Amino acid sequence: MSAKPPLTLLFLALFLILAIILATGMGFLSITPGEVVRVLWFKVWGGPLAEDMNPAFPFVILEVRLPRILTAAIVGGGLAMAGAVFQAILLNPLADPYTLGVSSGAAFGASLALVLAILGVAIPVFFSVPFFAFLGAMATLAAVFSLAASDGRFSSNTLILSGVIVAAILSAGIGFIQYLADEQVGVILFWLMGSLVGKTWSDVLVTALFVFPCLLVMLYFARDLNIMAFGGRTAETIGVDSRRVKKSLLVCASLMTAICVSVSGIIGFVGLIVPHLLRLVLGPDNRLLIPACFFGGAILLLTADTITRAWLPTELPIGILTSLIGGPFFCYIFRRKQLGVQ
Amino acid sequence: MVLNMNEAPLFAMDKGCFAYRGDDVLKYIDLRLAPGRFYGLIGPNGSGKSTLLDLLTATRCVRSGTLHFQGRPMGGYSKKELARKIALVPQQFAMGFDFTVAEVVLMGRYPYIPRFGSPTVRDRDLVEDAMAKMQIQSLRHRLVTDLSGGEKQRVVVARALAQDTEVLVLDEATASLDIYHTIEIMHVIRTLVHEQGRTVIAAIHDLNLAAAFCDQVIVLQDGQLHKTGAVAEVLTSRLITDVFQVEPELQLALYPSLESPALKIPGPALTFHPSSAPMSAPLGSGWPTYLEFPIKGPICPPRLGKNSPPLTGGVGGG
Repeated sequence: MSAKPPLTLLFLALFLILAIILATGMGFLSITPGEVVRVLWFKVWGGPLAEDMNPAFPFVILEVRLPRILTAAIVGGGLAMAGAVFQAILLNPLADPYTLGVSSGAAFGASLALVLAILGVAIPVFFSVPFFAFLGAMATLAAVFSLAASDGRFSSNTLILSGVIVAAILSAGIGFIQYLADEQVGVILFWLMGSLVGKTWSDVLVTALFVFPCLLVMLYFARDLNIMAFGGRTAETIGVDSRRVKKSLLVCASLMTAICVSVSGIIGFVGLIVPHLLRLVLGPDNRLLIPACFFGGAILLLTADTITRAWLPTELPIGILTSLIGGPFFCYIFRRKQLGVQ
Repeated sequence: MVLNMNEAPLFAMDKGCFAYRGDDVLKYIDLRLAPGRFYGLIGPNGSGKSTLLDLLTATRCVRSGTLHFQGRPMGGYSKKELARKIALVPQQFAMGFDFTVAEVVLMGRYPYIPRFGSPTVRDRDLVEDAMAKMQIQSLRHRLVTDLSGGEKQRVVVARALAQDTEVLVLDEATASLDIYHTIEIMHVIRTLVHEQGRTVIAAIHDLNLAAAFCDQVIVLQDGQLHKTGAVAEVLTSRLITDVFQVEPELQLALYPSLESPALKIPGPALTFHPSSAPMSAPLGSGWPTYLEFPIKGPICPPRLGKNSPPLTGGVGGG
């Protein structure tokens, strides 16, 4: 393993905390990092809050900005980890969290919920858009897995192909729903572009409830995942129960993706770029790479979200921004690597 | 079969069958493999060699019949337990990620190191030893994705050696290597068998190689066990005609040292001529002296029909 893993992770964690504090201060109402820390300190440990502080600050920080920022961090981290795991399992550096069609499933579910609302069918609040999106994602996964399981080994090609087939069918379904939505199709399109606007503490809680337990499972299997780089057959002769590892990790990564997509819409490139970049810098050891991806993805999405929230004159959908920034940056890295520049 | 009656078999397969998508790949195989031997597994393409190796490494299970390893059914072992006893060198090395050579070889210690543990001194020593045997110490910090095919294959063999198992299974492990490294690897493996009493089962396409290094050969044909036994008894011109459908006059083209009816190896009349082989330095001392590696002079490309003119030493076939 290269460098000192605990040190690298500690550095990334500190960087993330710094990013959260800075981002919380930025926005229409400018708050200094010192004041952010003071409010947080007051919230956690109590004590006197400075009298000269704007009385709106605690509310803005705790109820408006922090939930959105933490959701962005957890979603970004989750997508990046899911991407790293999919790339490692499918032995394909082009894989991302959406390779198995999770995003299409979520999009289909969300579109369905939105179009029902548009058509005037009343659905209880609990069965709202994120819930439908999550159901759609899980149903898609079930379909993809049952298609791919027929060869008994969950081979990469079968999985990817199953994902493509199911996604293609769902795309047609989404198209049909958009046609039904008629003039109000914009609502669906906007959801599909991804957004973190108006996230609350319950969003933070729900994503954290899925992402962190899945992170633990991923860390548990990280070493086995390294051996899986040899391919399933050889990995088994080195002592890895490759089917069990594959199944557990596919379920974990997919769950993570499903919850992220249902909370925030489809946010591209984070799950592809972050694992790639970190693998270039830190090497492919999943024991370091997976937790590093959490921090990396969190920092990236948090930064992107802060840019659209605080800097741009109008809020651009976050999915568009990540792809706009991520795409060219990825080209640059890819080109550099091809040319062999260190 | 291949075994003395008083010797406990390492592997015992009774009426082992395997079918893949409805096609019978292996049919009623009865096999006993003794410890401390170098077995060569030969047979035409599609005869079931790889599947038999899959069964012996427990990556597949017999569909009917039984397979015992050290007296216990193969299914009774956990993956880790088995990985401490049997290692595989696959034919192809597909490593999609940029691990370094040292990291890959250390992966061979996976079944010994606890999940969240670190490698011990012994683990490190075995890794060093394996890298030394394969002469890849100088590559230790290189990325495996940057290596040449031959270098990669030596890394894989080193990884399997680091696994420190009683049994080593090779699936045409030297198919992508040049003659120098082929002989080098086979030599190291032969040493494992004859000096450390380990057992090697190697699927080998090159009959010369099998003849030169193996003690026993297992011949498969159409998913059935054609013959097993000592090299000199089994590897005859007749067998090559029967199993591979190659006529005796064509055999001479590829295997000039082969004389009907039986292969002349090993025999006291043959000696190793260092001058006729391209390698001498690293192999010099430990090289078995009874062995004459049969490749000498130009080899005819195997593009020969049954009606080709008889070959006379030079390059033919054009």
